[in-house]
Amino acid sequence: MKQKPFAITLDVGSSLANETGSWRSEKPLYVDLLPPCNQACPAGENIQQWLFYAEEKNYEAAWRQIVKDNPFPAIMGRVCYHPCQSSCNRAEIDEAVGINAVERFLGDEAIRKGWAFDPVENLSGKRVLVIGAGPSGLSAAYHLRRLGHEVHIREAGPMAGGMMRFGIPKYRLPREVLDAEVKRITDLGVTIEFDAKVEDLEAALAEGFDAIFCAVGAHIGKRAYIPAGETAKILDAVTYLRDVEVDEDKPMLGRRVVVYGGGNTAIDAARTAKRLGAEEAIIVYRRTRDKMPAHDFEVEEALEEGIMLKWLSTIKHVDDGKMVVEKMALDETGFPQPTGEFEELEADSLVLALGQEADLTFLEDCDGIDIKDGVVAVDQSMMTGRAGVFAGGDMVPAERTVTVAVGHGKKAARHIDGYLRGTAYVPAAKHPVATFDKLTTWYYAEAPREHRPYLEVARRASTFDEVKQGLDEETAKFEARRCMSCGNCFACDNCFGVCPDNAVKKTGIGKGYAIDYDYCKGCGICVAECPCGSITMIPEE
Amino acid sequence: MTQTGTPAGSSATSSTASQMTTDSSLESRDVMSTSAMTTHGPSVSPDPAGYHHGVVPEALFDGPAAQPVKFYQVGSFAVGNRLLPMADRSVQSDPNRTNSLTSGHRACQGCGEALGARYALDAAMRATNNQMVAVNATGCLEVFSTPYPETSWRVAWLHSLFGNAPAVASGVAAAYKALGRDDVRVVAQGGDGGTVDIGFGCLSGMFERNDDVLYICYDNEAYMNTGVQRSGATPPAARTATTQAVGTDPGNVFGQGKDLPRIAMAHEIPYVATASVADLHDLEAKVERAMSIRGARYIHVMVPCPLGWGTASCDTIRIARLATQSGLFPVFEAEFGEVVASSPIRRQVPVEDYLKPQKRFAHLFSPTRRDDVIDRLQAQADRNIRRYNLLPTAGQPAAAPVAEEARA
Repeated sequence: MKQKPFAITLDVGSSLANETGSWRSEKPLYVDLLPPCNQACPAGENIQQWLFYAEEKNYEAAWRQIVKDNPFPAIMGRVCYHPCQSSCNRAEIDEAVGINAVERFLGDEAIRKGWAFDPVENLSGKRVLVIGAGPSGLSAAYHLRRLGHEVHIREAGPMAGGMMRFGIPKYRLPREVLDAEVKRITDLGVTIEFDAKVEDLEAALAEGFDAIFCAVGAHIGKRAYIPAGETAKILDAVTYLRDVEVDEDKPMLGRRVVVYGGGNTAIDAARTAKRLGAEEAIIVYRRTRDKMPAHDFEVEEALEEGIMLKWLSTIKHVDDGKMVVEKMALDETGFPQPTGEFEELEADSLVLALGQEADLTFLEDCDGIDIKDGVVAVDQSMMTGRAGVFAGGDMVPAERTVTVAVGHGKKAARHIDGYLRGTAYVPAAKHPVATFDKLTTWYYAEAPREHRPYLEVARRASTFDEVKQGLDEETAKFEARRCMSCGNCFACDNCFGVCPDNAVKKTGIGKGYAIDYDYCKGCGICVAECPCGSITMIPEE
Repeated sequence: MTQTGTPAGSSATSSTASQMTTDSSLESRDVMSTSAMTTHGPSVSPDPAGYHHGVVPEALFDGPAAQPVKFYQVGSFAVGNRLLPMADRSVQSDPNRTNSLTSGHRACQGCGEALGARYALDAAMRATNNQMVAVNATGCLEVFSTPYPETSWRVAWLHSLFGNAPAVASGVAAAYKALGRDDVRVVAQGGDGGTVDIGFGCLSGMFERNDDVLYICYDNEAYMNTGVQRSGATPPAARTATTQAVGTDPGNVFGQGKDLPRIAMAHEIPYVATASVADLHDLEAKVERAMSIRGARYIHVMVPCPLGWGTASCDTIRIARLATQSGLFPVFEAEFGEVVASSPIRRQVPVEDYLKPQKRFAHLFSPTRRDDVIDRLQAQADRNIRRYNLLPTAGQPAAAPVAEEARA
């Protein structure tokens, strides 16, 4: 027997023998929640995850994370209307994270460094025809190719890009960027046939494709009946923007150009006309500015460039050199009503930007396809009423943006893959959303957003140089680090540090943490102090 | 469960005074030169790490660019930061931290004192290269950590009586001095009862002799271990077992109690600081700073007590944060009797936000709201804010106060 001091009879022991976990009635559990940015992204990007890599300066990993969902980071970083930022929790503290700007930085970095997609493995032997080389068609083609299928695109136009080329002016999307990101897709083995308008879907089906994805876009400008003199020059915005892109001789509209409409296309047409030499470009819209469907920042940029806006006005008659405009007034429901007051407006030409329609004649003789209100009905899997024929982008009922179109392409590709393999694609269940109340924002330092520098107004008004500039690396990294990683652990060590019982363990770099339930008393401090809401309490069994 | 090794912290270490003196490494260790030994008192040297205590994070302010990388995500406020080199992270983020107070201790769920003690001693262990002896006063911390024959301590640890911890610590320091050892440092610790009341005479003596001891008080504002009786650190209006919420002036009386950090400052010792479990980086920096100084040092750490304060166990850190953000608990540091730095309030809240979640103040809100009492407590907070300059940027747009309740 060991000799012990006076009055000591027991061996010294550690408190580790006392498993205090038995006190617990609730226990903490690590969870992943859906960050609001990811939830809002029409293309389903895992934004929180690629920002996580960007914070570490691991830009290639960040880019590869984006292209899992969206093959166009550099394009998105320019033309996306970033609903992610509108839903960003950081806006409640200072300003939303400039996700779009970081995405552009990553996209540009990829072009600079020449990063390519991973080569395709496990070819399926299935052939898919994609109709239309716009954002939706290219996105579907890309995803289908990565899933191992052979993909052929037929494009009615002479170049790839669809509305990204024929609708979005160069000053918003430089063509080198578009070309670089399209080339990456063709490098993957996707083939594109130009000037190859599909006139008859049945004929295409008869060629033996295993599935078809239709994404022809909406390229026909809507017309409105406006009485006009014989010499009046009227054209639609879609045609105008397309001609600017395609024609050697840029269309000339005269000294004073009036654009009719209140959407983004109207703004694009007016800004383009100004760049092509119009001294004055006037947007006429029947309602007020706050009712305009155009995005506010685009209206702001247009105003800075000297575009004039005429609210509460409709065009009644157009003649050579002038047009008659009727003043409107909003009624109590916010709808514009004619006032009977007229005025004359001098103008050399009128551009109609009243919305677009899809040319769906190629589907007319096709069994099972349901066309309603100018768009094609599709089910949850983006499939039309005809088995094996899927559709997406502007020709199906949805918001008409590039990002939505890209999202359709991804979604359709996954379902087409399931269709081709005979195992229906079932999307993973969505996690609960990481709402602001789940965060402990104390741990996030205050930091304003780094704004992208704007080209000085004088310079951009006469050129097609890109208006918005990109972020440099330092700024992009700064911006990425403003991400709060809502609902997803980012290894801040708070749980590991704040446990009064040392019951949180590190499990290795990049592997997160584990609760030692032998000692966890269930106090919940780790849950309360987790900055991003990635731990929750559940009742003990 | 395994504990990853630290030089001094083998599993189930329950060092006693006898173990300390029979430390096998003692004889073989180089004895420091006597000239260094005789330098009694402080050796306040410039901090090579460039810390600016009390002002975190530096990147927020126009201070010197001591931090090479800007972290706007966390890092400045959270325990760790994966983007920083290991050497620059907090002690608590280190998977190989000492874990001075290990699992299995019998503190209540969400104990602020258990947390504060581990924060402080782990930092002291790093600062002393694990050459540290801790002396403990009686109190919760001692009772819940060492029920015979178990111990939760993984540091050399010594307990004698309720009131004599500062004297025992002075003795340990004197013993090492007699042995010619100046590498082993002494830390004494206790709760507010053992410090402010029962051990006060010994503590004052330790201060005035400028003994080479860091004394850390974990202040939970009453005698919690024995059933929540009032101490000299109990705030006015708080209900305790001995200051019941009855009568016209319910709870503890205004105008009583001691402000021990200020009493310590009055001894003009080299270093006095207050800290909170709500600000780990600040607490660790202060312990490290204290360990870089010789002579008597005092750190007063606020540690909420879920049991005694009547708060949810998960709210321990939040309550501590509200205490500092309301101004009721000023976080500052002082050298030789003068305040040299204070932590600015970042998101100011009214004292009500701090009082309301605590059942010991419930009588201020129900059955009738006692605005008169709340206003007096607010006046105390306002006085702290003035006295310690807790709102240095007041009046500037950046310092807009936002109630945490409104954000949560």
